Amino acid sequence: MARPDLTRVEEIARGMWITFKSMFEKPVTVQYPETKRPVKSRFRGRHVLNRYENGLEKCIGCSLCAAACPADAIFVEAAENTDDQRFSPGDRYASTYEINLLRCIYCGYCEDACPTQAITLEHEYELSYYNRRDAIFDKDALIVPVPDGGKITPQKVEPGTFNRAIPEMEDPTD
Amino acid sequence: MEPALILEWVIKSAILLLFGLTGFAYLTLLERRALARIQVRIGPNRAGPFGLLQPVADGVKLIFKEELIPAMADKVLFILAPIITVLPAFVIWAVIPWGRTVIIAGREINLYLADVNVGVLYLTAVASIAVYGIVIAGWASNNKYALMGGLRSSAQMISYEIALGLAMIGPILLAGSMSLVDIVEAQHKTGWYFIPQILGFIIFLLAGLAEINRAPFDMPEAEQELTAGYHAEYSGMKFALFFMAEYIKMIAIAAIAATLFLGGYRLPFVEISAAWEPLVLFGKIFVLLFGMIWVRATLPRFRYDRLMAFGWKILLPLALINIFLTAVVVVLKG
Repeated sequence: MARPDLTRVEEIARGMWITFKSMFEKPVTVQYPETKRPVKSRFRGRHVLNRYENGLEKCIGCSLCAAACPADAIFVEAAENTDDQRFSPGDRYASTYEINLLRCIYCGYCEDACPTQAITLEHEYELSYYNRRDAIFDKDALIVPVPDGGKITPQKVEPGTFNRAIPEMEDPTD
Repeated sequence: MEPALILEWVIKSAILLLFGLTGFAYLTLLERRALARIQVRIGPNRAGPFGLLQPVADGVKLIFKEELIPAMADKVLFILAPIITVLPAFVIWAVIPWGRTVIIAGREINLYLADVNVGVLYLTAVASIAVYGIVIAGWASNNKYALMGGLRSSAQMISYEIALGLAMIGPILLAGSMSLVDIVEAQHKTGWYFIPQILGFIIFLLAGLAEINRAPFDMPEAEQELTAGYHAEYSGMKFALFFMAEYIKMIAIAAIAATLFLGGYRLPFVEISAAWEPLVLFGKIFVLLFGMIWVRATLPRFRYDRLMAFGWKILLPLALINIFLTAVVVVLKG
């Protein structure tokens, strides 16, 4: 008959004790829909289109984001600005801006390509849709609200004040 | 036989069946919650308060699942196997006493279905039938993994059944009766049998775990090497029947262990009202069930050859020694 191995019994007892102790620890579960974990500041969630403080759109309709997009998820159509109907600084603005969030891989290349920092990936990650059409976010859905003190676009502005599409770089090393 | 007696038996049977089914449902919930707590999680808590409706949701889901029968399977046996597995798990409850006598509407009612004078023999006999269901399930699936699972299961259950049966002999020797009611009443006078029968109790628990295919002896269901073993081809309610059999047998083994070694429905030396006795038994069953879940959360699965070696080379000789010592002590004390 085999001799009962005492060290092995001891090991089992220690294992049982560890699992017993762990029962009284605080659960690590996050009860998701009720409590949400904060995301990191560099988290790449859904895109937004930003505005300047005066309410003008940063997007100038250059389509560099669409060119940079590896998933071909972005569609941009540009139109001419006038001083009576001004959407963004410079000559042109994005009359149509659509991102197909089912195609998007959230790589952030559009953000890197953007010359005016108009498109940024923010922290919204609850992206689910009942049909594919709802996954295509158009400009109205992507653009941020007008900040306090700004005016809604299109704005009527003094001629010659917003001729430069790309703002002066404040810190060239940035 | 008077009609009222038949009615009494029918009602008691219905209570036992309902206890088995709800016990099964809520044991799955208890297991999931307890495993979750041990793994520092919360577990299912969405369906109803504290997840109490989770078993209902699971049941509804299983009922609406498609019932697949493999094309080359032996259809009759394939359908018969889960039934053969689940029936003994219910039938075993007939001899387990859950209280003495209560008086309801001027009628003395014994809180057990049958006080068979070979009760322990009945337990071992009925418990063994389930092996057929598992072997047949493995065979009828016409699937090599299922067949291997069924074979392993039969080998395991046969080897551990011997140790299980031998461990039951200890309380029989001490009580001088095979009737479960007599064994419980004897423990009321002398104290629980797990103290003089500590070796037998441990052997019973280990062999019991192996008999009902629970971790760490859940060899027949090994997911990694057998893709869930004998029930690999089963789906929907037929799978639920296997699942049900496993959990009801868990409760049954806990009830048998409580009856044979932990004084069943009675507290030692203290008299309590007969109406409270089912709760005493329930408490003991609950503690043992929690122990089974706890063991599952802790220990990984044994290797198959070690499992067989453990059963034949350690448990069986220990059980024989236990019987020998018990018999000597019983004879010497007269």
